[in-house]
Amino acid sequence: MPEPAPGVLRGLGISPGRAAGRVHTMAGPPLLPAPVPVADTDAETARAVRGLESAAGELAARAQGAADPTAREILEAQAMIAADPMLRESVEQRVAAGSDAAHAIDAACAEQREALLAVGGYIAERASDLDDVRNRAVAAVLGLPMPGLPSPGHPFILAAGDLAPADTVNLDPGVVLALVTEKGGPTSHTAILARALGIPAVVACPGILSVADGTWASVDGDAGEVRTGIDERTAADVERAARADRDRLASSTGPGRTADGHPVKLLLNIGSAADVPAGSPGEGVGLFRSEFLFLDRRTAPSHEEQTRAYEDVLRAFPDAAVVVRTLDAGTDKPLPFLGLPEEHNPALGVRGLRVARRSPEVLDAQLDALAEAARASGASPWVMAPMVTTAGEAADFARRARVRGITHVGAMVEVPAAALHADRLLAELDFLSIGTNDLSQYTFAADRQHGELADLLDPWQPALLQLIERCAEAGRAAGKPVGVCGEAAADPLLATVLVGLGVTSLSMSARSVPAVRDALARHSLGQCREHARLALTAADPGAARAAVREAAAA
Amino acid sequence: MPERTVTVASRSGLHARPAKIFVQAVARQGTAVRIRVGDGKPVPANSMLAVLSLGAGHGAEVTLDADGPGAEEVLDALADLLSRDLDAEEASDA
Repeated sequence: MPEPAPGVLRGLGISPGRAAGRVHTMAGPPLLPAPVPVADTDAETARAVRGLESAAGELAARAQGAADPTAREILEAQAMIAADPMLRESVEQRVAAGSDAAHAIDAACAEQREALLAVGGYIAERASDLDDVRNRAVAAVLGLPMPGLPSPGHPFILAAGDLAPADTVNLDPGVVLALVTEKGGPTSHTAILARALGIPAVVACPGILSVADGTWASVDGDAGEVRTGIDERTAADVERAARADRDRLASSTGPGRTADGHPVKLLLNIGSAADVPAGSPGEGVGLFRSEFLFLDRRTAPSHEEQTRAYEDVLRAFPDAAVVVRTLDAGTDKPLPFLGLPEEHNPALGVRGLRVARRSPEVLDAQLDALAEAARASGASPWVMAPMVTTAGEAADFARRARVRGITHVGAMVEVPAAALHADRLLAELDFLSIGTNDLSQYTFAADRQHGELADLLDPWQPALLQLIERCAEAGRAAGKPVGVCGEAAADPLLATVLVGLGVTSLSMSARSVPAVRDALARHSLGQCREHARLALTAADPGAARAAVREAAAA
Repeated sequence: MPERTVTVASRSGLHARPAKIFVQAVARQGTAVRIRVGDGKPVPANSMLAVLSLGAGHGAEVTLDADGPGAEEVLDALADLLSRDLDAEEASDA
């Protein structure tokens, strides 16, 4: 077979590193062709049944291979639905009545789906299982590729239009070498997932869906480049070099510092004590999201339960700072027990610290538990509130925390007003932590989930960097720490810019720490400041990235 | 026709894991078993979709029926299964 012509596809590199392997595309749901008249009902019935059986077989095989027990349970249940006698009977009846196999499966699944939805509650949630069964069985009948994650039986580069969380629950990081999507942006699910897994990724990469399955390619997650049609030997060379890079990064240890010794704390973003890896690479926790305690609950967690959870995290880092963010919920991240009404525009509504306007007791209970956990563990947590907007809010939060004996009180900077008044906030507080994802959303008036506006949410946007600079300057003037805990901190090249702007700590997922540590170690503080100047004065994110990359390579 | 009426003991009701275990157990018996909630319409117990559609929550009273040789033993075994908290039996089919 002749090798396809080599080509270069360009996109946005949003998770660093290189990888090479064969490309396999995640197929979308099959489209139903126009109904076909059926001549041989028996043969068509057999075809429809084979479609269901093949969906059941594929799902059962996936269940067998699933590492995560929850994922396995879901897949087993889906396999049983595909093999369900009632579903099969309904399909057979429809074929007998003249429908072709694909339409019979589609209609039978739709009918069962409605039945489950009609039950409501938890059962209604299983309706999506029927969509999956339907898509697989229809694809099998039509001879189309199976929708969902490919399983070619060897490591591969996953290509997709875009990836939703549901697509990736079963993604095995041992098998997926890199992610490349046609859509998506720096804060899309693909980007966050890739960085969490520590695999290279390129998003907003037009043309990737035209690459045939099985094509050899290399992915450069720093440059945002995909080379297709390389030969197998080149792929092996790239993989070898990438492995050497990873080994070198993995062996790097110690605190974060620039080449000339300027210290920059490298901290971890975690959701619970379970997220802290053994031999943790960070110097503490820069963002402990306390939401997990509150999710899926009809009533607030007890004082004891909260205290225990905070204590677990504080004890995991006996000699390091742990920054705890108080409950970040609201109408955009609804929590049943808060009983918040639906809002027309949740991102601009009652969320973060604003929830305390309605339910101050939830915040007070959390601060009580944090204070007790601090006393019990002998640690001194840094406690910050999300979505602080004004100095008045900062002062109120600080008072509530300090009266309970919490000594380090801070705020997330996610709202432009807070960044503009960083100096006034710091007059009330001990530290600031910039959440770049939300700060982008609010500065550029662009929804974080909006695929078409991904360019506006690029953390390299000069206007965003200017707000970060303003915060860092306020910190320097007050002699107080200002960190970054958004996805921006995990981008090694951007990390040098942030340090140049005056940021004193960077918080990220554990996987991202080695590459960021390495990038800082290769640049002096003076070089970081030059990177910052180049990025601030660039016309747009692309130009900022290019200018800093060129300076870093020089 | 022999019947057994039993209260669903699983915390999540006849849903998710408990439903899966129950339907698998029915399928293994090879006897046609039906299940209904209260005085509702009986549905085939070997169908996951039918069992889910019952919407039988924790504490719901369900009635099983079956016919033919061995029906009594089959119903005893299945009734026993439903009267246990299958959510708690994590390792049973691991």
